[in-house]
Amino acid sequence: MNRLSLFGLLGLVVRRDLLLAMRRRADVLTTLIFFVMVVSLFPLGVGPEPEMLRKMASGVVWVAALLASMLSLPRMFSADHADGTLEQMMLAPQSLSVLVLGKILAHWMLSGLPLALIAPVLGLQFDMSAQALWILVLALLLGTPVLSMIGAVGAALTLGLRGGGVLVSLLVLPLCIPVLIFGAGAVEAVNGGMSAVSNLALLGAFTLFALVFTPFVAAQALRISME
Amino acid sequence: MAINWFKYSAPSTFYGLAGKLIPFFAWPAVLLFAIGLYIGFFVAPTDAVQSEAYRIIFIHVPASILSMFIYLIMAGYAALGLIFNTRLSSMMAQALAPTGALFAFISLWTGALWGKPMWGAWWVWDARLTSELILLFLYLGFIALQASIEDPRRADKAAALLAIVGSVNVPIIYFSVKWWNTLHQGATIKMSGTSMHVAMQQAMFIVLVACWLYVIAVALARVRSIILERERNTQWVNELKEVQS
Repeated sequence: MNRLSLFGLLGLVVRRDLLLAMRRRADVLTTLIFFVMVVSLFPLGVGPEPEMLRKMASGVVWVAALLASMLSLPRMFSADHADGTLEQMMLAPQSLSVLVLGKILAHWMLSGLPLALIAPVLGLQFDMSAQALWILVLALLLGTPVLSMIGAVGAALTLGLRGGGVLVSLLVLPLCIPVLIFGAGAVEAVNGGMSAVSNLALLGAFTLFALVFTPFVAAQALRISME
Repeated sequence: MAINWFKYSAPSTFYGLAGKLIPFFAWPAVLLFAIGLYIGFFVAPTDAVQSEAYRIIFIHVPASILSMFIYLIMAGYAALGLIFNTRLSSMMAQALAPTGALFAFISLWTGALWGKPMWGAWWVWDARLTSELILLFLYLGFIALQASIEDPRRADKAAALLAIVGSVNVPIIYFSVKWWNTLHQGATIKMSGTSMHVAMQQAMFIVLVACWLYVIAVALARVRSIILERERNTQWVNELKEVQS
């Protein structure tokens, strides 16, 4: 039997997770609907003045995205853990880090990517300008992978614990705050007539930094949780 | 004569040593607190800009320094436990966490008390305050993760990984006043000297040492409890005088 290449393995894991998600579409849709609902609650809560809504739009979208990604985190490993697939994956003579990276990518495609694509529609509810909408989508595309990557570490650490859902938020949210600050900051910079480049560049740096370290750390966390 | 360097890395031997060491840290801590606060409140002159309100610095600065420092020590111990599988290191990390959280909280609390007369607000969202708040959250996450895993070995390792990941935050707090132009004032004491009055410096330094000694004493006392709790089924614990009585 020929060994899979690293990219072959990556593709295999991503394809498998996407296929599994497509068979149970409700899970993905719930997260998305949650996101839309949370964002729509804010104008009802704080009042419909367009001036204020325009100002807080990016922050609201980002906080909602953060919460929505927390909601889907416990699912990243738990199903595979429950039916023993995860154990088999760890026994495989392949890099566990790459395997985890595949699961992270799949998680992002199912949680971060849809949020980024639907965000402009929600932004219109908040009367955002076209330019701000573009920056919002760009910032979300750059920033949400970090949420999935840091989230993977939290999900792996809390695997199989009771109350894992709340605990994972407690562990992951503080580490995600920089992403929130610079993600929302990008849109604010554009609204203030400045360039968003510095914020976006920092978000990109976070993503690259997380891409290097988190798959390895999450793999170690899985080993700790499974031994 | 061969010296066994690792004699006190076993919980059973360290338990006794820690018990003997505690008074040597606790009493100097009490004494230095008294001296430092006396100098701070009665000897140090009134500040030209901030008048009397600045005196909270003698609590605020030591607490802030230690909140960051304890996190690094805790992460260091946790990493030792993770890498070399030494039980005592993980116990020390667990023992330090509540004290670190306490100091982070004191730092935020006294900062709020100081911010009200100086800035006119209890809280502002500047980089240093936010990152110190994140530090408090990281401590709480560490404690929560450790508490929610039944198996102590797994709890140690999982919490250790979290502590190491979280330690990226410490340099961010430390350099935040340099990197961002914030409301929080920059460092007064630098390597090249300071603009502070001598008595102010002395008071701050003495309280810092006192806090440090307090941290050591409390961590040792707590690690003794942790050792007893984890080793409760061993023979040496059951033979202890305080356990038998």
